[in-house]
Amino acid sequence: MYIIFILISISVLVAAAFLAAFLWAVRSGQYDDDYTPAVRMLFENEVGGAPKNDKIAQKQQ
Amino acid sequence: MEAALQTNIQNCYHCGDSCGDEPIVAHEKAFCCDGCKAVYELLEENNLCTYYNLEESPGLTGKKPVSEARFAYLDDPGVEAQLINFRSDKICKLTFYIPQMHCSSCIWLLENLFKLNPGIAETTVNFMRKEVALTYLHEKTSLREVVELLTRIGYEPAITLADTDGKKTTKRSRALIYKLGIAGFAFGNVMLLAFPDYLDFTKGLQNNFGSFFGYLSIILSIPVFFYSARGFFTSAWEGIRQRMVNIDLPISTGLLALFFVSLFDILTGRGPGYLDSFTGLVFFMLIGKYFQQRTYDTLAFDRDYTSYFPVSITVLKEDGEESSTAVRNLQVGDRIRIRNQELIPADAILLHGRAMIDYSFVSGESEPVEKVVGEVIYAGGRQVGESIELEVVKEVSQGYLTQLWNDTVFSKNEAQYLHTYSNIAGKYFIIVTLLVAAGALIYWVPRDMDIAMKAFTSVLIIACPCALSLATPFVHGHTMRVFGRNKFYLKNTGVVERLAKIDTVVFDKTGTLTEPSEAEVTYTGKALSQDQSQAILSVLRHSTHPLSQRISEAMKGSTATVTGFQEYTGKGLVGEVNGMLVRVGSAAYLGVPADKQNDTLKTTVYVSIDGVLLGYYTFFNVYRDGLNKVLGDLKDKKIAVLSGDNDHEAARLRELLGNEAELNFNQSPVQKLEYIQKLKEQGQHQVLMVGDGLNDAGALKQSDAGIALSNSVTNFSPSCDAILDAESFDKLSTFLNFSKKTMSLILLTFAVSLVYNVVGLTMAVMGLFTPIVSAILMPISTLSVMTFATLSVRYAAKKAGL
Repeated sequence: MYIIFILISISVLVAAAFLAAFLWAVRSGQYDDDYTPAVRMLFENEVGGAPKNDKIAQKQQ
Repeated sequence: MEAALQTNIQNCYHCGDSCGDEPIVAHEKAFCCDGCKAVYELLEENNLCTYYNLEESPGLTGKKPVSEARFAYLDDPGVEAQLINFRSDKICKLTFYIPQMHCSSCIWLLENLFKLNPGIAETTVNFMRKEVALTYLHEKTSLREVVELLTRIGYEPAITLADTDGKKTTKRSRALIYKLGIAGFAFGNVMLLAFPDYLDFTKGLQNNFGSFFGYLSIILSIPVFFYSARGFFTSAWEGIRQRMVNIDLPISTGLLALFFVSLFDILTGRGPGYLDSFTGLVFFMLIGKYFQQRTYDTLAFDRDYTSYFPVSITVLKEDGEESSTAVRNLQVGDRIRIRNQELIPADAILLHGRAMIDYSFVSGESEPVEKVVGEVIYAGGRQVGESIELEVVKEVSQGYLTQLWNDTVFSKNEAQYLHTYSNIAGKYFIIVTLLVAAGALIYWVPRDMDIAMKAFTSVLIIACPCALSLATPFVHGHTMRVFGRNKFYLKNTGVVERLAKIDTVVFDKTGTLTEPSEAEVTYTGKALSQDQSQAILSVLRHSTHPLSQRISEAMKGSTATVTGFQEYTGKGLVGEVNGMLVRVGSAAYLGVPADKQNDTLKTTVYVSIDGVLLGYYTFFNVYRDGLNKVLGDLKDKKIAVLSGDNDHEAARLRELLGNEAELNFNQSPVQKLEYIQKLKEQGQHQVLMVGDGLNDAGALKQSDAGIALSNSVTNFSPSCDAILDAESFDKLSTFLNFSKKTMSLILLTFAVSLVYNVVGLTMAVMGLFTPIVSAILMPISTLSVMTFATLSVRYAAKKAGL
């Protein structure tokens, strides 16, 4: 039954990892705005103007 | 001809405004003005017409022409450094607040800004806060160009004095989310460890590993106790220091009892403790707090005058050259130029031009005040009409308006509102609990020491004020959201309680009871023939004077050519139309003898044709829609009006408000404040102040609940407890009644949890308490309180039509 010590340690560690992930997500600002990303997701990228590439091109210049 | 066919039906493709008589037709679309057309063309050129597909007429009106020279101050490195958050050798990052943002088209356009200016690398919108985080390459473009671009497409960022004053506003605190995360983590795991305890067939497990589970639970609970729950303890401690019992005191007592009894139980091996309840309770209460906090991020309730003032001002150098300077750097003796619709930032003497100062926001006067050269103009007024030149006589921080803010009321301590409903209820609750616990202790000590301890602690734990701690924030939190949906935004949940107790309602007049942008124009005198009114209108159309514009807006029809048009500053206009000599202006200008003038208090404009006096125009305030309904519903309350304006509307107000209402005119901001103070002190009244301008700021702050009425909630409003969108003004009485109803909902919620408490307490006092009962009873009572609070508010709101 002593396996239970190991199992519980693992379970707590896994949970702690998720907590750390959560804290990181908050820290990186993902919880600052919970509205705009939902709208942004629905915008279509028009042909010829993929924003990502433009930005990269600009940064390279 | 084509344009004539489309009259009156067409709305601007860009901004949705009515195009009026002559829409501008371009690209097969109608526009209301050149500004809107220009924006459309700019977007079309850059393939950004998706903007118009996402929402109908999403644009912002381009009618107000902006002089781009006024952004010259942004080239000043000092100002730039204040605004920018981050600067490297290539890029600059900064955040703008854009109050005009209102739909998903706005988000789309603002995030595609890089297509309009290649120097912009990235824009990210935070819609809830109406903010745009912008990154630009400062070699390719400048801050000024970015701001000018935003302004050109209608999204002028609001850069106020407060932004350049010092460091950025503090970032939104994420502490609550951290606390919530940690409490949730601990709650889940402690619950898991406590599980063997709940069930019979795991008893063996509990016997073998009980102490291990216990110690682990303690380790997990320590951060909850010291970090997540800290807010409750500090608030309770604050209350004790001020000799008051607040809601957090019973909560803290409960939490302390739970934690230390559990600690004692586990360390002495008596039992598994109640750490699952402890962490769970902290978690649920933090959820309540989180919902309260996140509701209104965008609204600022505590703005001061610095957010009202502009950042920059046009300064005239000695050689007559204009340059733009930050208002902060304005010095006594500087000559400044103020254009149409600009604010006067500092007390100054008028040097040049015709000043028509709109003080409605500052003093409550409903009509613009005319100032002649040599007069001192106080800061805060808005120039209407042509541009004027002024010489600054006082520094910005020394001005008349600024002095008001230095009044002590503005540093009023919020602590005086600790006597809230639940605090009072909480006081009795905790006294009763302590009495019951002490009674159980006294009863059991001579009989059985073990049961005595158990009964004593269980009473404290089971009576742990779940209901009190959760009922009030949940009921009030939901009420706040219901109000928010109806465009009535409260600063915090405490305001609901204060609204419920209101027995006196004090209104400001200008801008609150009246519609600020409208005035009813009535003509008194000899009837005008069609030719005559056409002639008058034609002359008026030539003038930029605000009164002329108001009359010409009210008069419909076509215009004819005017010859010999002349405008005499401070007097009136003259012009010839179809052989008729039309003169429009003040009584003195037209030579109306003083005894013939009606009602000198009213603003009147006289008209004569060919030297014959025909009559005069008077301006009446237009009262808000639904005012009658609101006043009718407020019959049971004392009503008063405080106006900074003169009393020419007294008769109309009397008719509207009834005979019992107190009407006070010509009130200065300080008088308004003192009036509220007097009501509170002498009459023991609970006063609600409804106002809109800076002149009400003191009164709003002094009242028990101050509501700022605003036509656009993101615009500047004085500091207050709640912001009401002018659209929802007619619901004001409904809001007040609903607040009252929520108080009975809280009582009802108390009753529900009382049932649990009575059952639990009886068992606890009898010493029948077992961990499993506690484990079941606690979450059930918590959840039922939360559910009941939520559902009852929703039901009541539906019934009240909110």
